[in-house]
Amino acid sequence: MNRPTLLTGWGRTAPTAARVVRPRTAAQVADALAQAGPRGALPRGLGRSYGDAAQAAGGLVLDCRELTGPVRLDADRGTVTAPAGTALGRLAAHLLRRGHVLPVLPGTGYVTLGGAIAADVHGKNHHRDSSFGAHVRSLTLVTPDGRTRVLGPAGADADLFWATVGGMGLTGVVTEATVAVRPVETAHMRVDTDRTGDLDATLELMSRHGDAPYSVCWVDLLARGRALGRGVLTRAHHARPADLPRALRADPLRLNPSPRLSAPPWAPSGLLNRWTAGAFNAARFHGAPERRRGEPQPLPSFFHPLDAVRGWNRMYGPHGFVQYQFVVPFGAEDVLTRIARDLSRAGTPSFLAVLKRMGEPTAGPLSFPRPGWSLAMDLPAALPGLAGLLNGFDERVLDAGGRLYLAKDSRARAETVHAMYPALPAWREVRARADPAGVLVSDLARRLRLV
Amino acid sequence: MRDSVGSVRTVLLLGGRSEIGLAVVERLVRDGAREVVLAARGGTAAPSVLTALGATVHSLEFDARAPDTHTATVERAVGLVGDLDVVVDSFGVLGEQADYEADPASAARAAAVNYTGHVSVGLAVAARLREQGHGALVVVSSVAGVRVRRFNFVYGSAKAGLDGFAQGLADSLHGSGARVLVVRPGYVPTRMSAHVEPAPFPATPGQVADAVAAGLRSGATTVWAPRVLQPVFAGMRLMPRALWRRLGR
Repeated sequence: MNRPTLLTGWGRTAPTAARVVRPRTAAQVADALAQAGPRGALPRGLGRSYGDAAQAAGGLVLDCRELTGPVRLDADRGTVTAPAGTALGRLAAHLLRRGHVLPVLPGTGYVTLGGAIAADVHGKNHHRDSSFGAHVRSLTLVTPDGRTRVLGPAGADADLFWATVGGMGLTGVVTEATVAVRPVETAHMRVDTDRTGDLDATLELMSRHGDAPYSVCWVDLLARGRALGRGVLTRAHHARPADLPRALRADPLRLNPSPRLSAPPWAPSGLLNRWTAGAFNAARFHGAPERRRGEPQPLPSFFHPLDAVRGWNRMYGPHGFVQYQFVVPFGAEDVLTRIARDLSRAGTPSFLAVLKRMGEPTAGPLSFPRPGWSLAMDLPAALPGLAGLLNGFDERVLDAGGRLYLAKDSRARAETVHAMYPALPAWREVRARADPAGVLVSDLARRLRLV
Repeated sequence: MRDSVGSVRTVLLLGGRSEIGLAVVERLVRDGAREVVLAARGGTAAPSVLTALGATVHSLEFDARAPDTHTATVERAVGLVGDLDVVVDSFGVLGEQADYEADPASAARAAAVNYTGHVSVGLAVAARLREQGHGALVVVSSVAGVRVRRFNFVYGSAKAGLDGFAQGLADSLHGSGARVLVVRPGYVPTRMSAHVEPAPFPATPGQVADAVAAGLRSGATTVWAPRVLQPVFAGMRLMPRALWRRLGR
């Protein structure tokens, strides 16, 4: 068998070695699972989970990016069926040319369809449309017991379907899925932008404008004193042809390709510090309009702004970075305030803190989203005292009835996560049916004792 | 498994009574380690500081002079706590050079503890780390092995061998997900060195532990404790032999 390969998540921390195979068909997936050794096996997609969710030390990793093939759009039923290795960005581009969009798009298009289901990803419309799993009509799952199952959200095997939604690849390998799609008239969004002066104003404005289908707020967690938590709130609708400038109306589904930048292959470890991050955040805040209405934006740049820079994760240098994302219920705004204040006080260089309102959850026992406020931020992993700081945040989030996002986690304690996900024992029971020998395992699952 | 902020879950200490080793373990437990295996001849009691910090401490029989048992010892440690995140190899004997010269057989026995015992257990640990695809082996070497001195050359030559072995092992593990960290302390006041006169640039076991923790975080291959010993010994290596021979302790 091939030599071990070092794998990390998108945060580039804690590499571990595994053998990697690249199945192209469901049959090859089943073969690979049958050949897994004593250290188990795990599917991996485009590696955008920030922590250790898509690595399996000493085991066999099924790199599923080549599980691709024709995409079938059924416009009458409003569904699309695609192989699980298809990247969501490509799928979205394919659909857009045909006048459709996916009902949920995460912050990057570099997520495979299988990965989007396994992490039950959410987008800027979670408060209205829930997460990705809510729109999956059926999925094909190859399990280590040698079976291939077609599962749906209702019916006999519904519990295995929901255990797979948000199940972090630990219930089987998704090889194909059928997802609902929506018709659109243009390839643009109609975007409203508002700047807010502090965190209270940010929360107030986001609560007031609950009606926009897409809404997200970038928050400056490095601003000091009264400006702490100032932000740039964007809200958007799908644009109608009449919303577009005359030049774009003739062919409203057409997109001009946007240039892609690339981050340098290497960056020194201290490049992103509180001063550079502070300057970046201030520039971003002041660069945004105070109030703007109805600006047309191409759909990909609205949904996936970070995809404009290839390999941006390298900017954090050789020690990588930690992404911290939690959700707390409505009414627990004080947790947001205290965490923001602690981060600011510690001078923690957090880029790209993103605040979102979240709505109805799916039935996935390990699915992250819950109604409330979600805050996500990037932090350099080498920051002194980071472990203690984040452990303190975990306690507050847990006390408030909130939870962490497994696709982002790289450092939480097992007991904390068990308390945040009370449905974990039920999930384990369902998983045991599909994987009685316990073949599927990841570094995340070992660290958090999920399996 | 080491997480993104450098905390680990399990630690195996080879030389379960070693003061330097225990200081490293205590430091790792303070940083989040929860399962500790102390391997020593005849086993050893759990230090209260570790249990007070919330760690579960296991005792394991380990005889450095019985290389045939070393693979089984490592397997038993895995049976107790699962994957070995950090293995600290810090067993050894110092002894008196004069006694060794008077009793050559005792010198060979000391050399077996200080060198060949590390070879067999080090290879057994490396095999396990390679199989699990992650983990770190911390080898406590010594500046005594960097350039061997007339006053303790039995001990120093074994440390020189150990240091070379550990470096080679580190290279052989490159790309396997596992790694080796070589630690070179100078004089450390402990029970083992109580009969030796203090040398310049001493370090406490706690300072050695801090250097190890920093090295594990940064991905270093070698750490010196204190750090100044690196340039000091770079100079020592260049010293003419005639002068080196005449140096005091």
